[in-house]
Parts: sequence; C-alpha cells; structure tokens
Amino acid sequence: MIKVKTKKKQGFFQKLFRYKTLLLMLLPSAVLVVIFSYLPIGGLVMAFKRFNYADGIFGSPWVGLDNFKFFFASGKALSVTRNTALYNLAFIIVNTVLEIAIAIILSEMAGKRLKKLAQSAIFLPYFISWVIVGSIAYSLLSYETGTLNGMLEGMGLNRVNFYGESGWWPLIIVAFSAWKGVGYGVVVYLASILGVDPALHEAAAIDGANIFQRIRYITLPGILPTAITLILLALGKIFRGNLDMFYQLVGQNGMLFGKTDVIDTYVFRMTIAATDVGQTVAIGFYQSILCFITILIANWIVKKKDENYSLF
Amino acid sequence: MNRLERPANADAPRRHIPKDVLYFKAIGYPLVFLFAILCLIPFLIVIGSSFTSETYIIRNGYSFWPKEWSFESYKTIFQSPMAIIRAYGVTIFVTVVGTALSVFLNTMAGYVLQRRDFEWRNKLSFFYFFTTLFSGGLMPWYILCVKYLNLKDSIWAMILPGLVSVWNILLVKGFMAGVPFEMTEAAKIDGAGDFSIFLKLIWPLSKPVVATIGLFTALIYWNDWYNSMLFINNDHLYSLQYQLYKLINDAKELRKIAEESGIVVDTMPIESMKMALTVVVTGPIVLLYPFVQRYFIKGLTLGAVKG
Repeated sequence: MIKVKTKKKQGFFQKLFRYKTLLLMLLPSAVLVVIFSYLPIGGLVMAFKRFNYADGIFGSPWVGLDNFKFFFASGKALSVTRNTALYNLAFIIVNTVLEIAIAIILSEMAGKRLKKLAQSAIFLPYFISWVIVGSIAYSLLSYETGTLNGMLEGMGLNRVNFYGESGWWPLIIVAFSAWKGVGYGVVVYLASILGVDPALHEAAAIDGANIFQRIRYITLPGILPTAITLILLALGKIFRGNLDMFYQLVGQNGMLFGKTDVIDTYVFRMTIAATDVGQTVAIGFYQSILCFITILIANWIVKKKDENYSLF
Repeated sequence: MNRLERPANADAPRRHIPKDVLYFKAIGYPLVFLFAILCLIPFLIVIGSSFTSETYIIRNGYSFWPKEWSFESYKTIFQSPMAIIRAYGVTIFVTVVGTALSVFLNTMAGYVLQRRDFEWRNKLSFFYFFTTLFSGGLMPWYILCVKYLNLKDSIWAMILPGLVSVWNILLVKGFMAGVPFEMTEAAKIDGAGDFSIFLKLIWPLSKPVVATIGLFTALIYWNDWYNSMLFINNDHLYSLQYQLYKLINDAKELRKIAEESGIVVDTMPIESMKMALTVVVTGPIVLLYPFVQRYFIKGLTLGAVKG
C-alpha cells in the first residue's frame, strides 16, 4: 500500500530524517539487544581460542577446533545432548497428554465453582519460583525427613535415598515439570476448546452422539491445530534444557549428574567454575547451532501446515 | 469464559443424566481432582511442617498436619529478620523498576515495529527476532556482563539483562496492529508527534496487552534467582529467591558443621526453619494469586489466540 502512496523514491538519509522520532523510540531497546544479544554472538570467536584473561578475547591464541574436539572426546557431549533431548521429549508427551485431558474434562464440567477451584489449584504451581519447588522437593524426598520416605516406611517399605541414587530422577524431574507446567497448558487448551463452535456440539448431540464421540470427533479435531503448533514449537527447543528446573532440583549433587545433567546445567557449572573458558564457549556454540537448526525445521513444518501459526 | 459455557450440558435436564455423561464424569472428575489435590498437597506439607516442632520432624519427618505444634522456626527467623527484609527490599525494587522500564521499552518498540508507514519495520523486526533463534551462549554473555559492563555486585545486573523481551515486543506488535491505523494518521494530521501519539493515544487503548506483559514481566523479576547467583556476591544485594536458596543451603552447611564438631543440632530448628522460610518467601505470591490469576488467564489467552 505504501507503493501506491509514495510520490517519489526517497533516499536513505531523507528517510532517516523522516523516521527520526520512530528510530529514537526504538533506540533504547535496540541498544540493549545489541549489548546483551549481539555482542555475545561475537564472543563466540573464543570457541576457537585458548582463552586467558591476560590476553583477553582478541589476544588469546587460536586453537582451531580443539575445544570442540575435547568436548566430544570426553563423552560428555553425547550424554548431555541425549539427556537434554530425552527429558524434553518426556516433558512434551506427559505434559501435553495431561493438559489436553484436564482441559477437556474441565470444559465439560457442569459446576462452575468446582471447575474454577480445580483450575486455580492446577494453575498455582506456575507462579512460584523453582527455588521454592526445590525446597518442596526436599520436603518430599529427603532421606530422613521427607514425607514420601515417611509414607514408604509407613507401608512397611524401605526408605529410598533419593538424593544419592540417580535412577529415580528421570521420574522425579518429569513429575515436577508436569506439576509446575500443566496449569499453564490447561489454560491455553481451554481457550482453544472455547474457540470450537458450540453449534457443532449441539448438532452432534441432536444426532445422538454421546459425550465420548463428541470429544473424539469435535473437540479433539478442534484443538488439533493448537496442539500441533505447541508441540512443534516445543520440539524446536528440544536441545534447550530448563536450567531453572534442573539446577534447583538437582543442584551441585554430583551423584545425580549421570541421569540429570543437561547441556545447560553443564555449561552453567563450567561457567561458574571458569576453568576452561574456550571449551565452555564451544559447548554453548554447539548448543546454539543445534537449537538454530531444530527451530528452523520446526518452523518450516508449521509453515507448511498452517502459515498463520509459523514464527517467521 | 463463563458466557460461552457449552449449552449441551445446560440443556440436559438434571434428573436423568445420560449414561455416557455419567461414565465421563465418573472417570474424568476424580482424575482432575486428584491432579488438583496433588498440586496443593506440597504447599500443605510445607506449611504444616513449618509449624511442627523440630524434634517431631527429626523423628517422624515432614507432614501435612502438625502433631506437635511449635512456632520456634518462625521465632528464630523473626529474631534476625534483616536478611529476609533486605532481600524483600531488593526484589521489590528490582521488580518495580525492571517491570516499569521493561513494559515501557517493549511497548514502545512494539508500537514502532507495527507502524504501517514505517518502511523498515520488517527488517528491524527481524533484527529483534533473530536473537530468539541464535545466541552466543552463557559464557560470552557472562564475560561481557562482568568484564566489560562491570555488573558484578550491581543491582542493575538483576534488571538490565531482562529488560528487552522479544516475545513481549511481538505480543504488543500483534495487539497494536489491531488498533485502526487511521487513528494514528488523524493524530498526525492534527500535528501530533510520533511519541505523543504512542503515549497519549495508543498506550491507553492497549491496556490489556500492557497489563499482560506487565504481569508476566513482574513474575519473572520476582522469581529470579539466576542473575543473583551469577553476579551478586554481596549478601546485602541478594534477591529474595536467591536468599532463600542460600539460607536453605547454609542451613545444610550449618548442620554439617554442627554434626562434625559434635554439637547437638537441637539448638536450631533447622528442618522446620527451611519450611518456614519457604512459607515466608512464597506467602505474597499465594496471597496475590486469587486477584491476579484471571488477568494471567486473560493474558495467556490473548497470546495464544493472536499467536
């Protein structure tokens, strides 16, 4: 539409003058983006250097791909990448199933107050910090005082040293991820269910469809686009670990790392320790590339299915 | 939400509920309520345990209902409350200043990036959006903040990094694109500048999206422990969540030291204090929850529908 209006083509500086207020309004956020997002991308050169603080980013000697080689040779690359992807897959499956099931049941619930109460309870954990969740996990799982261990003993079973055995942690982490995250998804899916035309349900009911058939043939297809989009976007982030969650549940407990270490926790610990800067940057670089490729693929698929839902 | 209640249920006469609906309810309701109860129980355990005597916890563990009541844990906390009060002060400051600045910057950027007469809007939008696709990772960012921006032990370390949220900018952009462009054009003809159009005309019309991103941003600042952990060594600047994290871990350390040096641990109600501290930190969020919940739901719906 602009083409129609333009009288004659303006030069760059004329536009710069015309847009000066708008550009000034963008300036503060653009500067922050440059500082906190683009400059660190430039810092990726450190991945190819043996960094030392005396020589700084530019003075440190080049080492080619050595930093990447160390990471892959250590075997850590495979284990943390696999953990990250498998955990995210488990979160996607478990959370999506629970979210859709709960949203459908809530949407069919007759009692308004009951429905609100249930929804409020399920949404509550979303609001608290992971530090508090970590503290809650401790109150349940602690060997001496944990409620769960008390219950196990009450049932005549042996106490489990959760903080000393990594075997239980995939289950524990998936459970807490659902506990904290499902409420959010339920709200999104409820909104999507409300977007389904009620006339379809009425017509189906008149035609003698029972409630399960209505859910199967009307509600589920109605929320399918939302579900597919959310799942694909989550798949796009499959190599990004939720540091907030993993760090507050597992922390620095080395005994659990085998089953709980994801790329982000590994990088976080290496960053805090600051022992091998070059290698830490290299791992971050590796993760960024993985994330970049997966999000491009996920977006490409979303775009093919429905242009409206694609990110770009 | 209530107005759109499904009529299929409302029409059904109360007296004879069809069999299929009965089955559905028999399976579905217990499932949902079980999950809802599981969501609440941990909170009850934390609250119950915070009021239980230390000796009882050591013997029997944490539980929902205090069998041996005790206010010892809260007494101990309130005997030296400065750490918690200071942390509350830091977090309130960070949340208020951070949210105000963040909402202002992000709505302003969102407004500019949707202006139809701004020819560079797509290119510049991509300039923002690209940062969500590719990042330099933690280490370069950390070195930048510490070495070049001197954010170590500065309160701005907890504010600046989270100010610009590209998702919020996109949300605002989507919302404001729905405000008729003719309003901006008319105001321009009346001689209004771009900034005052944004501030006096568009901003008041965008209250829902402003409230939404404001609440989400505030929640993120309030719950942040990460930036504190990375940048703050001075315990006078600990954020609330990080202070809680530290105290819980310090209590562990204390206990270890006490055990190693053979001191009786009884003197400090460590286990119940952990839970009492959790209650003191969680309190405000849970108390505010009934009031803000519906705004969050509205906001989420806004984001979900507009994409």
